[in-house]
Amino acid sequence: MWVYLLKRLASMIPLLIGITLISFVVIHLAPGSPVDLQTEMNPKASPEARARLEKLYGLDQPLHVQYFLWLSRMLRLDFGRSFSPDGRPVADKILERLPITILINVLSLALILAVAVPIGIVSAVRPNSLFDKSTTVFVFIGFATPTFWLALLCMLFFGVHLGWLPISGISSYNADQMSDPAWLWDRTKHLILPVLISAFGGLAGFSRYMRFNMLEVIGQDYITTARAKGLSEMRVILKHALRNALMPVITVLGLSVPGLIGGSVIFESIFAIPGMGQLFYQSVMARDYPVIMGSLVIGAVLTLVGNLLADVSYAVVDPRIRTGK
Amino acid sequence: MNIRYRIARLVLPALVVLIFLSCGQKEEASEPSVQNPATQESSPPEPAKAVGEPAYGDALVEGSIGDASNLIPMLSSDSSSHAIAGLVYNGLVKYDKDINLVGDLAEKWNISEDGTVIDFHLRKGVKWHDGSPFTAEDALFTYKVMIDPKTPTAYADDFLQVQKAELIDSYTMRVTYKRPFAPALASWGMGVAPKHLLEGKDITQSPLVRDPVGTGPYLFERWITGREIVLRANPNYFEGRPYISESKTRIIPDSATMFLELEAGGIDLMGLTPIQYTRQTVSDQWKKRFNKYSYLASAYTYLGYNLEDSKFKDKRVRQAISYAVNKQELIDGVLLGLGEAASGPFKPGTWPYNPDVKPYAYNPERAKELLREAGWEDTDGDGLLDKDGEPFRFTILTNQGNESRQKTGVIIQFSLKAIGIEVQVRTVEWAAFLKEFIDKKKFEAVILGWTIPPDPDLFDVWHSSKTRPSELNFVSYRNEEVDRLIEKSRYTFDREVRKECLYKIQEILAEDQPYTFLYVPQALVAVSSRIRGIEPAPLGIAYNRIKWYVPADQQKYKIAF
Repeated sequence: MWVYLLKRLASMIPLLIGITLISFVVIHLAPGSPVDLQTEMNPKASPEARARLEKLYGLDQPLHVQYFLWLSRMLRLDFGRSFSPDGRPVADKILERLPITILINVLSLALILAVAVPIGIVSAVRPNSLFDKSTTVFVFIGFATPTFWLALLCMLFFGVHLGWLPISGISSYNADQMSDPAWLWDRTKHLILPVLISAFGGLAGFSRYMRFNMLEVIGQDYITTARAKGLSEMRVILKHALRNALMPVITVLGLSVPGLIGGSVIFESIFAIPGMGQLFYQSVMARDYPVIMGSLVIGAVLTLVGNLLADVSYAVVDPRIRTGK
Repeated sequence: MNIRYRIARLVLPALVVLIFLSCGQKEEASEPSVQNPATQESSPPEPAKAVGEPAYGDALVEGSIGDASNLIPMLSSDSSSHAIAGLVYNGLVKYDKDINLVGDLAEKWNISEDGTVIDFHLRKGVKWHDGSPFTAEDALFTYKVMIDPKTPTAYADDFLQVQKAELIDSYTMRVTYKRPFAPALASWGMGVAPKHLLEGKDITQSPLVRDPVGTGPYLFERWITGREIVLRANPNYFEGRPYISESKTRIIPDSATMFLELEAGGIDLMGLTPIQYTRQTVSDQWKKRFNKYSYLASAYTYLGYNLEDSKFKDKRVRQAISYAVNKQELIDGVLLGLGEAASGPFKPGTWPYNPDVKPYAYNPERAKELLREAGWEDTDGDGLLDKDGEPFRFTILTNQGNESRQKTGVIIQFSLKAIGIEVQVRTVEWAAFLKEFIDKKKFEAVILGWTIPPDPDLFDVWHSSKTRPSELNFVSYRNEEVDRLIEKSRYTFDREVRKECLYKIQEILAEDQPYTFLYVPQALVAVSSRIRGIEPAPLGIAYNRIKWYVPADQQKYKIAF
């Protein structure tokens, strides 16, 4: 097991370097540079001003030199400074946006699990029942509904017409003067719509997936055996079948680790939530190379770690994989 | 970001010709520049006033599509940052509501006979927000930072024209230029930075980037990245304490969400699109809760031709296209009637604008005639004009994300089809658009817009020396007489002389049609009806922000004292 782990970890290093190298080259190949965007179409920006900015950002060096400089800083865990006018450390810019992104994604994942797993189980246990069919229709509608449209509709209904929920943002005007319980309630109200909407699309895939796994397990011999022993249906399903049906879910959870820090631009823009999606999008549009690379590195590391976690935990729960039988 | 015009109290000369960057589905000119002051006083509450009387207190919440980036005025070029910095800082001069330069931190100035020396006499008794006195040292320091090669500013050029800047005494600064330079005066609208907090430090790493200290009507309170920026009224402001005590800018990147927030009362002020203005804000309910304002924006949209392209070398062809494009149709279709036809690079009703130069009238017959004279005829009967066996086809490029420019392109495509010209409209992402097409002059025609700066300097966009890659005369317009007139108008302070030159230039441009000037849109704003004291003027509505107020009986937010 430990040898396996070490091997996996070692193989990540060339992979990461490859990912960063390709990203670095591609983003620099894209037309436009941060200097262009700050000086183009600006009559007051002379060629001298451009050259000055380029030198400040080190963009006058050959590309491979720029990459090695970046890589050597990265190895010291120095993400560098943003090229945007604020010139702040990239690490700060990412860290201030992580908490809210993670919070919303974790809540939404929890909601998906809490709803999709039961739906999947019931649908599998009673295939083609009315419940199965209606949830199928419902989740596919959810799957097909554009998030931004649904979000705006909910805002209009719950926010403007009923006035129950806030429309956007994550706190009210005077939130800093509230008592603790009031503040918590205010924050909760602000999170209801974003979490619901972001979970909505994921429900479909997950409940289908759960239903499929469950159906497969229910068809296995040992379930027939359990039933033959005279165990109650409840017990058969929840004790014997569910454990095995949940195993593939672990893989899915492992794969969703990078998703926890990657926001969505459309979603964050609509709810005015300053998350990672916005940061990444804006930095790409402004060709803010350090921020783009910083976000990509974190994303790549998390993806690889998530994969590893999924594999390892799978091995832990499934003896067949561990012993190679 | 999509062009958001924020014609803030202090319009940096830098904003002179900022093209409308668009992001998202914002319409041009839908975003007048109004900034948010935030206020919170530490003085005793006012005695109750009669109903409807000006009163201190309350807050104004404004929506902004983009977050600010850097609150030191010289270091940022985005409109969100300027809007906030414009409330925190003052320049030496500013524009009044009729777009005339008046003193701000400078009480008055004298210009020498030969126009090369300007003496600024500064206000006495002004204090920085941290209580330190403001003196001429600060103004001189700001100049030195501007010309320092280590300062990453895009605005150094006007200041590099200065030969010498010196202090006569603590409240007088003398600036000497090599020759009279008309844009010089306006360049001193740049926010003055506090010497005592910045001297000897790396300005890019200064805490003032996110925690500014200025002399302006509002003090900085807090900035939560991507969420909100809060300011509060400066009780000691030299023009008097602002009535509205707190001002908050909420960052709401999606314009549909912002509109819902406005409806729900979450924000008090936003720029509207023509659709929102004409269709979605007309119920009685709306009229009770909001006031709407519209005024001509300081910007125009144009169709520019690559004059190095053989098709567009002949001015008769350009004139023909100008006759063939129905501007009223564009204004009705794209702006829902909320705009005016443009005839040249100035805003109708301002002093440089020549009222005798009329926009080209819609006249497709005249267009065909001109094209025939230029040798374009349909010889093979395919419905397309041709010349030397080549059919008349070209592509109009515009930037992605600006819906009104795309619609404009489609309407022009349709109009030109009617006279036998086939047009393709193509949209390209902004950065690529600049780098790959504009800079390399790899385009046939473009639809873009310019903001119209308060100081009418045409040098960068129209002078033949500005046709190199990545300069602004990318259509390669070269006209010796225009060059001469631009220079003449630039190196004098005599408004009559300038006016004469600029009038003449407009006549020449109308004849040459290097651009087909399309329209000047209206800026459209909705403001909560509890906010009083707003008086639209040529400059917009933000100029008298400190005089806006909410009557005591209508105040919505209780600001803690």
